[in-house]
Amino acid sequence: MNAGSGMRLRGLLRKELYQVLRDPSSVAIAFLLPVFLLLIFGYGISLDAEHVPVAVVIEQPDADTASLAGRFSGTSYFAPVFMGDMVRAEAALRDRSVNAIVHLQQDFSKRLRRPDGAPIQLIVNGTDANTARLVIGYVQGVWQKWIEELGDESGVSAAVPVSIEQRVWFNSELRSRNYLVPGLIAIIMTLIGALLTALVMAREWERGTMEALLVTPVTMGEVLVGKLVPYFLLGLGSMALSVAMGLWLFRVPFLGSVWVLSCVSALYLLAALGMGLLISTLARNQFVAGMVAIVATFLPAFLLSGFIFDIGSMPAVVQAITRVLPARYFVSSLQTLFLAGNVWSVILPNAAALAVFAILFLGASRRMLRKRLD
Amino acid sequence: MSPDAAAQVVLELRGVRKQFTSGGRTLTALRGVSLGVGRGRVTGLIGPDGAGKTTLMRLSVGLLVPDEGQITALGHDTARDPLAVQSSVGYMPQRFGLYEDLTVQENLDLYSDLQGVAAADRAGRYGELMHMTGLARFTGRLAGRLSGGMKQKLGLACTLVRPPQLLLLDEPTVGVDPVSRRELWQIVYRLVREHAMTVLLSTAYLDEAERCDDIVLLHEGEILGKGRPGEFREPLRGRTFSARAPAIGKRAFQKALSAVPGVLDAVIQADRVRVVAREGATDIPGQIARAFAGSTAEAVEPRLEDAFVALLLGRGEARAGAGPLPARAAPAAGTPHRPAAFPGPVIEVRDVSRKFGDFYAVRRATFDVAQGEVFGLLGPNGAGKSTTFRMLCGLLPPSAGTLRVAGLDLRHAASAARARIGYMSQKFSLYGNLSVLENLRFFSSAYDLFGRRQDGRIAWALGEFGLAEYVSMTSQDLSLGHKQRLAMACALMHEPDILFLDEPTSGVDPIARREFWSRINALAEGGVTILVTTHFMEEAEYCDRLAIMADGEVLTIGDPASIKRGQRSEAMPEPSMEDAFIGLIERRARGAEAA
Repeated sequence: MNAGSGMRLRGLLRKELYQVLRDPSSVAIAFLLPVFLLLIFGYGISLDAEHVPVAVVIEQPDADTASLAGRFSGTSYFAPVFMGDMVRAEAALRDRSVNAIVHLQQDFSKRLRRPDGAPIQLIVNGTDANTARLVIGYVQGVWQKWIEELGDESGVSAAVPVSIEQRVWFNSELRSRNYLVPGLIAIIMTLIGALLTALVMAREWERGTMEALLVTPVTMGEVLVGKLVPYFLLGLGSMALSVAMGLWLFRVPFLGSVWVLSCVSALYLLAALGMGLLISTLARNQFVAGMVAIVATFLPAFLLSGFIFDIGSMPAVVQAITRVLPARYFVSSLQTLFLAGNVWSVILPNAAALAVFAILFLGASRRMLRKRLD
Repeated sequence: MSPDAAAQVVLELRGVRKQFTSGGRTLTALRGVSLGVGRGRVTGLIGPDGAGKTTLMRLSVGLLVPDEGQITALGHDTARDPLAVQSSVGYMPQRFGLYEDLTVQENLDLYSDLQGVAAADRAGRYGELMHMTGLARFTGRLAGRLSGGMKQKLGLACTLVRPPQLLLLDEPTVGVDPVSRRELWQIVYRLVREHAMTVLLSTAYLDEAERCDDIVLLHEGEILGKGRPGEFREPLRGRTFSARAPAIGKRAFQKALSAVPGVLDAVIQADRVRVVAREGATDIPGQIARAFAGSTAEAVEPRLEDAFVALLLGRGEARAGAGPLPARAAPAAGTPHRPAAFPGPVIEVRDVSRKFGDFYAVRRATFDVAQGEVFGLLGPNGAGKSTTFRMLCGLLPPSAGTLRVAGLDLRHAASAARARIGYMSQKFSLYGNLSVLENLRFFSSAYDLFGRRQDGRIAWALGEFGLAEYVSMTSQDLSLGHKQRLAMACALMHEPDILFLDEPTSGVDPIARREFWSRINALAEGGVTILVTTHFMEEAEYCDRLAIMADGEVLTIGDPASIKRGQRSEAMPEPSMEDAFIGLIERRARGAEAA
C-alpha cells in the first residue's frame, strides 16, 4: 500500500463516517432497530405457555379431585377455571375463554386405585399447535407427578410403572427468551451487514456519486475496504449493545467467553457485509437492493436459521437449504456460547463455515466490482 | 480542425462502436465514431438526448470499453489502462456525484484525498477554486443545500482539485440558471487560457455551442459534422432571413411561410419569423413580400441552430428519398375541437404564494392568460415553475391567493377544472410496458371516454400524430420524439380547452421540437389556451407572452419582444432572451442590496 492509497482510504473512511453520523436512517438501523427488536422479542413474544386458561371439570368432587385440582391451581402454567359439567366447559372452549378442558369423570376416584387406573379426558384447542402441544405436555406432567406422589403416600405404586426424572440441560429454566435473544443478535447483524451495506452502496450508484468516484485514481479494492471498515465497526457496536441488553435487561445467561463471541461475530459480520456488497454490485438502486437484501438475507436468517424454528424438525429439503445460510452457523454458535459455553466441537465447525462464507462473498464482490459502468 | 491543432490531439477516438443490451433489446449508442480533440481548445459535443454524448464521455475516461475501435486519452489507451487515464483526466458526470450530506469543504477534502493532492498544496488550491466559483462564503454549508448552479460549480471545483490536462464535462449546464451558466462558461475559458487545459463538453443547448472553439455534432450515434462554429454557419450565409407581417398573426404567418417552396425552416422569434431558405432557392425576401401583403423580410446572420436544422433535415430528406419529410408533413391539421369562446382570462393567478415550511417556492405570483394564448413560464430549475403548475392543476393548494381556471376556483372545484385541462408532464408519464394503443385507451378511459367516442378519439390520435404504424409497440421502445407525440396525444384525448405542458421538449432533437411547436401553434389557433414551462431560451420566443421566474418570484411579464427591449442598453443594443433574463436577475439583486 503506497502513500496515495493511504490518503485515498483515509478520505473514503472519513466520508463514510460523516455520512453515517448525519444519516438518521443508518443510526436507526444500527442502534434503534436492535433495541426495538430486543424489546419486542424480549418482552412481547414468548414461546412459553404461562397462565393458560384451562377448564377443569369435576363431576364428583371428593378428596382426590380436590388434591389434583390443587395441583392445577398451584402451577404458574395454568389458570384453571373449575366447572361442574362439560356443557359449560365446551361452550368456554368454543368461545376461546379457555384453551383446554381437563375432564374428571364421575367414577374418577373409584377407578383411580384399580390396576388399570382412572382415565382423564383432555380436550385441547389445536388452533395454535405449539400451545396445544405445550398444554398436553404440562397436563401430563401435572398428572404424572400427582400420581407418583399419590403412590408414595399410600405405599401402593399407582398405574405408573416407570417414573421419569427430568433434567434440562442448557437453559434449565426453559425460558424461550434465553435462546431468542442470542438468535436475535444474528438477525440484527444481518440487517446491518447485508441490508444497510447494500442500501448505502446502491445509494452511491443512484445518486451518481459512484460514477464520480470511479473516475478518480481510487481502486475498487479501496472502495470496498472504505465500505467494509465503517459498517464492520458499526455492526460490532450494535452487537455490543444487543449483548449488553441481553445480559443485563433480560438476564440471559452467558456461559461462553467474550473473545470467542467477538471472533465468531466478526466472521459472521464479514460474511454479511460480503452478501450486502455482492447484492449492491448486482442491484444498483436502493429499492431493488433493499428488496433483494431482505429476501435473500434477512428472511432466511429469520425463518431458516434455527432462531425460532428448530432446523431439526424441518423437512429434509429445507434442512439442506439451511446449510448454505451463514446465519444458521452463527445462530448455532451464539446459542451455544450463551447457554452452553465454549463447546469447541460446535463452535469450531461453525466458525470455519462462517470463514468460508466470508471469503466467498467478499471475494465474489471484489471480482464483481469492476471499475466500469457496464 | 486546423492542421496545427490536429498535430496536438489529446483525445482521439478511432472507429468507436458501442452497443448496450438490456432486456433482450440492443441499442447502438455509437456507430463508428472517429474524432480528435485538439490541445488547449474547447470542443463542444452537441446533440439531443440519446445521441450518444454520455456514452462517448464515459468511454473516454475508461468507464466503458468500446466494442470496436480504440480511444487514446493523453497518450493512454482507455480500455487497457483506465487507471492512468483517470489519474490525469478530469471528468464531471451529468449528475455530478456530490455527497449531499457532506459540506462544501468536506467534499473538496474527499476529492483531494482521492486525487492525491498533497496537504501542502491544498490551502492554495482551495482558495483559488473557491474564488473562481464564488463559493468561498459557503464552505461550511451542506452540498445538498446549495442551489443547482452552485452545486454544478462545486462539482467542477471537485473535478479540478488536481488540475487535469484534459477536462470532460457532461452537460454541465442543464437546468442551471442563466447567470450560473454564464459563470460556468467563464470558468471554463479561464482554465483553458490560464492553465492550457483542454476541454470537451457536451450540451443540448445550441446557443452554447456557439461559444466553443470546435463543435462535434452527434446524432443517433453518428457524427453529422465537426468543425468551428463559423464553418457550420458559412454554408447558410445568405440563406437566413427575419420576416415580419404585422397584419397576420405570427403563428399564421409562420405556418404560411413553412409552405413556401423555397423555405426549409421557419420558426417564430418574438414578433418575427426566422426563415432558412433551401439550398439554391433565390429571392426569398422578394417571394415573401409578394406573397404576404405588408410583410418585410431582411437578411440576418446565420445561427448554429439554422445550420443544424439544415443538416438534420437534409439528412432526413436524403433518407426518405425525394418524398416530403414525415416530420414536416404530419402535423398542423389542428383538432376538430374548438373550445367555446370564453369571456375574460381563462387562467387567473392572483397573489398566489406557496410555502414549504418557511421556504417560499412561489411568492405573490400574479398573471392572466387569455383564451388561445401561448403563455410561457421561463426559469431555471427551482424557480417555482413546477409548483405553479401543480397549483394550477389543483394538485397542490396555494398557501395564499386565488387561482381560477376556466372561471372555476381551484379551491372548490378542482376536479371540474381538471376535466377541462390536458396535462403533459416533463417525464411524459407514459406506461412504459403498455403499448401505444393501450396507453391511449387507458388515458382516454381515465377521462371518462368510452365506446364510440373513445374509439373515435383513438383513431384521431393515431392519425394525427403519425402513430398508426407503432400501435402495438410498447411505449418504452419508442424514440424520444415519438414518446413525446404519444404523451401529447394522451393529454389531448378528452379535448381539453386548456393545455399545460411542463418542459415538454427537454432533450428532444430540434426537428422533433419544431414539429411539436407546430402542433402547439395549431391548437392555439383553434382557441386552446396553452401554458408551457421551458428552460430553453429560444423556445420562450415562440410564446405570445411569458413570465420570467427566479427563486419563486415573477420578475417580469410581457411579450418576448418587449421583454428584450426592456433590457436594451448601450453595451447591449440587441439583447438576446438570455441577456434579458440575466439583466432582470441582476437588477433584482441590486434592488435587494439597496433595500
